[in-house]
Parts: sequence; C-alpha cells; structure tokens
Amino acid sequence: MKLFKLFRRGSAPIARERLQILLAHERNTCKQPDLLDVLREEILALIGRHLSFDPDKVQIKVDRGKSVSTLAVDIEIPNSHGSSGIDSQSGRSAAELLRKDAATAAEQKVA
Amino acid sequence: MDNKKSARVVVVTSGKGGVGKTTSTAALGAALAHSGDKVVVVDFDVGLRNLDLVLGAERRVVFDLVNVIHGVAKLPQALIRDKRLENLHLLPASQTRDKDALTEDGVAKVIAELRSKFDWIICDSPAGIERGATMAMRYADAAIIVTNPEVSSVRDSDRIIGLLDSKTEKAERGEFVDKQLLITRFHPWRAARGEMLSIDDVLEILSIPLLGIIPESEEVLRASNVGSPVTLNNPASAPARAYFDAVRRLKGETIPVQVPSESRGIFNKLFGRKAA
Repeated sequence: MKLFKLFRRGSAPIARERLQILLAHERNTCKQPDLLDVLREEILALIGRHLSFDPDKVQIKVDRGKSVSTLAVDIEIPNSHGSSGIDSQSGRSAAELLRKDAATAAEQKVA
Repeated sequence: MDNKKSARVVVVTSGKGGVGKTTSTAALGAALAHSGDKVVVVDFDVGLRNLDLVLGAERRVVFDLVNVIHGVAKLPQALIRDKRLENLHLLPASQTRDKDALTEDGVAKVIAELRSKFDWIICDSPAGIERGATMAMRYADAAIIVTNPEVSSVRDSDRIIGLLDSKTEKAERGEFVDKQLLITRFHPWRAARGEMLSIDDVLEILSIPLLGIIPESEEVLRASNVGSPVTLNNPASAPARAYFDAVRRLKGETIPVQVPSESRGIFNKLFGRKAA
C-alpha cells in the first residue's frame, strides 16, 4: 500500500514541503526583520577589529532548512606579509556596508 | 570575466498577470544556459518575488536587486548560481521593499555591470504597467511578450507593446526594441474547434513576430512544484521542446513554428525531438 502510494506520488508533496519551509522563514523574518542584519554587522565588525579584509571579498551564504538553517560567512583574508591594504577601520565599514535586509537567522529552529 | 559586446538584454513581459512570465523566464533562461551561453535571470517583481521559487533557489537568497541598487551588497554577492546549470545565475528581487525602491540610475548601473559578465540578461517583469514593469523593460534590447490566447491577455499585450515603443531607453533614442510574441497555455484542439483564439487571430491583432507556442501541459505545473525550469526538469516534454525551439529562434535561427504534442507513440518517442 505504501509502495503503491509512493509510486503514484505526484510532485504536489514536494511543492507543499518547499512552501512550508519558505513561509515559515518568511513569517519569522517579518517578526524579526533585522536579525540577520545585526548578526552580519556584528560578526564583520568583530573580525574587522582583528584582521584586515576587503568588503568586496565577503560571501554570505544561507541555506534555509526544515529544522536547521545554515549561515556561512566566507571572508577572504589577505596574508599579513603581503601588502596590508585595508586597516581595521575599513573592516568596520565593511560591516556597515553589508547591513540591510536579508532573510534568515543562523541555526534558527523552525517550529 | 571578460567583457563581451554581445550581451543582450531581454525583458519578459505581458501586462496581465498569471500568463506565464516567470515560468517562461526560467524555462528560456535554463535552455539558453544549457546551450552554453552565460545567462542571468533578473526578478523585477519587487515585493512579490517568485523567480527564486520557480528556480528552486528560494532557500539560498541573501541579497537582492534592491540591495545592489542601494549599494548594500556588491553584484557578485547577490548573484545566485544555479546548482544544476553552472551558466545560469539568478538576481532575486527584494521581498520586503516596494517597487519604488527601483531607481532608474540604479537599474541602469546594474544592467551595465551585468552586460559585462553575461551573454543574456533576462528581465522577468512584474504584471501591470507600473514602476516594476517599466524598470524591467527600460534598458531592454528585445522583448518577449507572453500572451495567452484569451481576450484580456491580448488586450494587455497590446498595451505593453505601446509602452515598449515609447517608454524604453531605445524608444527614446528613436530606435526600436525587438518584439516577439510567446503564446503560452495553448490548447491546439480548442483552437481547432473554434473555442479559443487561434494563433493567426492573435498574430493578426498584435502584428509582431512569433517566437513560439507553448502548449498547455501538466509538466509546467510539475516543474514549478519541484522548483526546476521545465526545460531542465523534463527536456523531452512538449512545453520544454517548445521552449528549446523558441530559444533557437531567439538566437537567430529560422525554424518553422510547430506546437509540439505530448504524443506517447513509439514513433514520436524516437523521432519526435527531431521533427519538432
């Protein structure tokens, strides 16, 4: 019976699950629209205090999952013996540059 | 990435909602990328984005078009690369802003930067004739007008053609935006029985060249359910073959327009692709 069901399963269950995950995140975002902004700003400000990096060489990736989401902040840090380039001051402005509306929260549980 | 002069900006527009702009943007974008060209699809439906969902990238959106325009994010940070086709990229719309967040200068800059990186920039227009729609068409070299064979859709397409001839940058320079018609949700048997406007009726009324005819098919719904363009999800299906043919025409080939059918006969399975 289960096999029969599986065999006949259309694409609607996939659509349903994708929508449930997406809408759970979007509704959460409405309640706390700037959580990721704040996180991102503070993470980059913290790193900027200790290391120099080019704000253009920061990649932020999210993957919103059903029970767990991931937030990856990928910062390219030049080797210190190379030309130093950016000071910690611009590290801060990197954080400010990257402020704004995005959508998810790291490791945020969805009910 | 090296500069290419051949970049082409194409707006997918219609006036009326629900005719298949987003589905067609995704299907054509994927088919173009499949042919080896570098493609970006840009969602201009600020506040009501859906191209991310149709492409199955909704979980991965971080930055969007409005962020790039406002300088919050750099363009490469906002582009999302498709997981299946490495030549296909998405620039999502913002979900939280409204269409007034799109400024003419901002959009111009983004389009100019995209031109240096991609062969095709496909702009998915929102329905209506307001700011989102006019910004989506503003810098277009060519337009694909998506129309259902139905009176209100044809009327709205006519209105959009008028805007393309007056409100675009090309029109203001005294040039013409290339316009081609994509008829979607077509039922051959209904048209044959006289229950639906025929292709000839629509072409006579709108008098622009035909890019393709996409038959009504459950495959389109199935593809959007799973978040994959129909040209990727089921390339052998009738709508996918129609989109592949449309892409060949978009790239300048002259091939006769046919409506691929979903025939299950062994002959069609073996030879249908070639015949279409």
